[in-house]
This record gives sequence, C-alpha cells and structure tokens, in this order.
Amino acid sequence: MTDITQKANLLSIKNIEVIYDHVILVLKGVSLDVPEGSIVALLGGNGAGKSTTLKSISNLLQAERGDVTKGSIFFKDERIDQLNPSTVVKKGIVQVMEGRHCFAHLTIEENLLTGAFTRAVSRKEIADNLEKVYNYFPRLKQRRSSLAGFTSGGEQQMTAVGRALMAKPKMILLDEPSMGLAPQIVSEIFEIVEDLNKKENVSFLLAEQNTTVALRHANYGYILENGRIVMDGPANELASNEDVKEFYLGISGAGRKSFRDAKHYRRRKRWLA
Amino acid sequence: MGFFVEVLLSGLMAGVLYSLVALGFVLIFKASGVFNFAQGAMVLFAALTFVRLLDILKDTFAPITLALIITIAMMIMLAMAIERLVLRPLVNQPGISLFMATLGIAYFLDGFGQTLWGSDIYTLDIGIPKGSIFILESVFEGGVLVAKEDLVATVIAGLLVVTLAIFFQKTRIGRALRAVADDHQAAQSIGIPLNYIWVIVWTVAGLVALVAGVIWGSKLGVQFSLSLIALKALPVLILGGFESVLGAVIGGLIIGAGEKLAEIYIGPYVGGGIEYWFAYMLALGFLMFRPQGLFGEVHIDRV
Ligand SMILES: Nc1ncnc2c1ncn2[C@@H]1O[C@H](COP(=O)(O)OP(=O)(O)O)[C@@H](O)[C@H]1O
Ligand SMILES: [Mg+2]
Repeated sequence: MTDITQKANLLSIKNIEVIYDHVILVLKGVSLDVPEGSIVALLGGNGAGKSTTLKSISNLLQAERGDVTKGSIFFKDERIDQLNPSTVVKKGIVQVMEGRHCFAHLTIEENLLTGAFTRAVSRKEIADNLEKVYNYFPRLKQRRSSLAGFTSGGEQQMTAVGRALMAKPKMILLDEPSMGLAPQIVSEIFEIVEDLNKKENVSFLLAEQNTTVALRHANYGYILENGRIVMDGPANELASNEDVKEFYLGISGAGRKSFRDAKHYRRRKRWLA
Repeated sequence: MGFFVEVLLSGLMAGVLYSLVALGFVLIFKASGVFNFAQGAMVLFAALTFVRLLDILKDTFAPITLALIITIAMMIMLAMAIERLVLRPLVNQPGISLFMATLGIAYFLDGFGQTLWGSDIYTLDIGIPKGSIFILESVFEGGVLVAKEDLVATVIAGLLVVTLAIFFQKTRIGRALRAVADDHQAAQSIGIPLNYIWVIVWTVAGLVALVAGVIWGSKLGVQFSLSLIALKALPVLILGGFESVLGAVIGGLIIGAGEKLAEIYIGPYVGGGIEYWFAYMLALGFLMFRPQGLFGEVHIDRV
C-alpha cells in the first residue's frame, strides 16, 4: 500500500468535543486526519463514538440534539463545523449512515436520483452519473424498479453508497457498512469501496467494528474508545499490533491473557479511561 | 336506480371537497410529522383573501387572474412565515408541541383573516355555471340530475389531484418530498434541506386549501364556517389513513357518498339529520376495527 500520509489533508478534525442534550459528553477531544485520496478507518466497539464523530462532520448532529462544543473541523483548509448539512454536502462530503437508511417507499433508482438533489446540472449529466453507479453496482441496475424497502441488506447498503455517489462527493463518511451482512457481501462492498477510491478518487472515512476487514482495505486507522482516540497508525501496523490483535481482532499470541498480567491490565485500563 | 345514482353522485361530489381538505393534512403530516390543525383555517383564509381581492380588483382587466396570483403569493408567504417563525424554532420538539403550535396558527389565521378582510358572508362568483343538467341519459331512463357547479368542482379537484400526483412522482422536488416523508435524517444526509421542503409542502397545502376554499365558497358563500370543514376532514383521515394521499381522496369520497346515501335511505327511519354525525360514527367504527385506516401505509420494517 502506498504511503498516503505524505499527501495534503482533505479533512482534518482538531480536538473536538461533542455533547448531546447539553449534558452528555460523548467525544472528549478527538483529532484525526484524512489525507486526500485515502481510506481511513475509525475503529472501536459499540458506543465508542464513531457515529458521533462522523455526524459531527456532516453536521447531522443537530437533528439529534448534539453539539460540537470545542475544537474545529477543516475540509480543504476551510472550517465546516458550523455549516448546515446541505452545505456540507455541496462542499463534497456525504455521509452514508449506519443502518443504510434507504428511502423504503422509493424505488432503487429513485433513491439514487435523490442523491443528486444538491447538484444543479443537466439531466444528461445525471443520467451519465446514474449509469456510472450502475456500473459499479450492476445488481442495482437489475433491481432498479424495486422498492428499496423490499431489497436485501446488501442491496440496501449498495443503494446507500450509490446514492451518496450521485452527489459527486470528494469524500464519503461510511458508517458500519458491514453491519448485519454476510461476509461475502461485506467483501464485495469493500472491494467496490477500494475501487471507487482508486478510480474516482473519493476519499473515505470508514467507521467499523469489523476491524479485520476494515484494516484490510484502509490505508490508515484510528482506534476510538470512550470518546478518545487511543491509538492510530498505518493499517498494516495496526493489524499486526499485539494489543489490537488481542482486543479487536480476537487473536492473541499466547492464549487467553489473565487480568493478573499487569502489563496488559494497565494497557487495557488506559484504553478504557 | 336512476335516483340512487343521483344521490350517490351528489354525495361523491361533496366528498371531493372533504378529500381536498384531508389531502392538505396528509401532505403536511407526511413531510413533517405535524398534525396541522390549521388546515381548515387556511381554507378560510385563502378563500377570504381571494374573494376580497376579487372585489378590490373588480375594475381591472383580469380580476380573477390577478386575485388568484396575489392569493397564491400570500399563501407562499404564509408558508415561509410558518416555517421561519413556528417550525424552525420548534425543530426536534415533541409532536404535541408542534400540534399546539398549529392550533395557534389556526386561531391566528381566523382572527387575522377576519381583521384584515372583515367577517361578513361574501358571495363568490368566478363564473362556475349554476343550475342542473341531466347526464347519463343513455344509461338510465330519464338520466341523472346533477348540479353543474358540482360537476365543475369535481373536474377541478380531479385535475388538482392528478397534477399533485405527477408532481410527487415525476419531479425532482416531488421525489425529495417523498424522501423526506420516508426518512428525514437520510434526506438531510444527502443534502436535502428540510426547511426548504417544509416551505414547499406548506405552500402546496395552502394551494390545496385555496382550491377547496374557492369551490366551497362559491357554493355556500365565503364565511367563517369554512374553517370548520377541517372537522369533516378528521373522519376522512381516520378512514383513509393519515399518511396516504390515495386514502385521503378515497376516504373523502366514501364519507361524502356515505352520508348522503344514509340521509336518504336511513334518515326517514330515524328522523333525519344523519348527515351531521354519519362521518363521525363511521370513523369511530374504523378506530375500533381498523385503526390504521383503509390505506394506512404498509410499514416496511425489513432492514
Ligand atoms: N442522540 C443521542 N443522545 C444522547 N446520547 C447519544 C446519542 N447518540 C449517541 N449517544 C451516546 O453516545 C455514545 C457514542 O455513540 P455512537 O457515536 O453512536 O457510538 P458508535 O457509533 O461508536 O457505536 C454512546 O454512549 C451513545 O449512547
Ligand atoms: Mg455507530
């Protein structure tokens, strides 16, 4: 994998704090960078704050009574943390939400077309764009006139990604694409993500609990625990790191470690702090 | 048989108006989850604005067109004001707060409309033909007698419904409206601005109210009671389902036809007056046996 860390940052989050409902502190100073043209994985267990991080970028937090109370978010060196969601999309960042969120009563094709809402371009250009999405996801073309609500989880995930592509984004915030899908479908989707990254030059910030798959396809990774980044590094280094292996990949060198093993205990504590 | 059809038709034509009012409710409910108690007040306000402008502009070259344009402009401004002053500040508040807010809008519109335009009964004449004609003479002996104005009203309402259907199914904005109705967070995630969509649906609801108000007003005169037809829309909604455009249309027709038929055929046995409570009894029955309504949307839960 090429070293993408040398490239300029497309997205840069600096020390943000997020509070829900004015009292629930969820992100406690998160910083991360997504270099232009890269796939960056944001890893961590359930409730770590991955979705919150993505929503603070797309500013979908507002709708959930969440607020970025400290820090700043830059996209191409421009501050974006005070923009409304629609403006963020126009700037070139689209979020694919956890759980796909397709429009159940719209057909697959209508779902894709809604993705182009913010673009003031000709019908021709939209039609070309649609064709391109169908090239990446041939299954969607077969099912173009089915209601999205009646398609499989994998097809819905593809629809959600395709819909985001219709906005011609520079960057996609992809939240747990593997959730609830069969391993084969998961790798199919990740292959396409990598393809899009290379051919369309779309950068990805990818939130995942499925650490193994995510690190296989990402260039760089951050590990989030309890609203803090506890570790980061190039994907291959993270994948071979002993602690990551133990806590996130479910592999450990010498069988089950005991909690009396002081070294690991301390480490674990630090991560959970 | 001819007589039965006559009653049925006149009921259906009255039902068209119930459908229009219910349609306004459904549009707003689908797009913003708000139960808009002010729909009836919007009907009155639109009709009142239109009839008074018609009077003011009666010496110009095209009074009806001008009055229509200005009234439409006012309904758009109303939609913008409601979005800015009511919906936006109350975003993320529970449904009941928004419902209360629409109660406020209803009283404001009733009061403001009458302060601005007066509270008399105004006759509205936009050239809808009066009198009755016989139709279907080849099918029934002697034909069926219908009021011309009912016929015209039905055609106008039908056109409106078809136009709306095309707007929702075929246009970019219509698609965005349906997207918001389905999943407003997902709609935001792809850059559809909710505020803009709200302005559009309230405008559309305002235009539907205008059509209903003008048709009804030219039949009964423009007066405060127009505001109360919202109460007739409630049983229509229970029948048709709060989220179904088709349900609003069919529900209105069923209630319109049902109450006329009941009045004629059952009325004599119970001393008449069925028309006034039939709709509510029917709705009550539905609440007990089919609370989601005839066309309550199939909720697709599969994920
Ligand atoms: N709308 C909300 N209001 C209050 N707390 C929330 C809200 N959304 C998420 N949280 C809390 O924030 C924490 C992080 O959630 P989330 O960002 O969804 O984590 P992840 O995506 O990593 O599973 C969790 O403890 C969750 O309960
Ligand atoms: Mg999440």
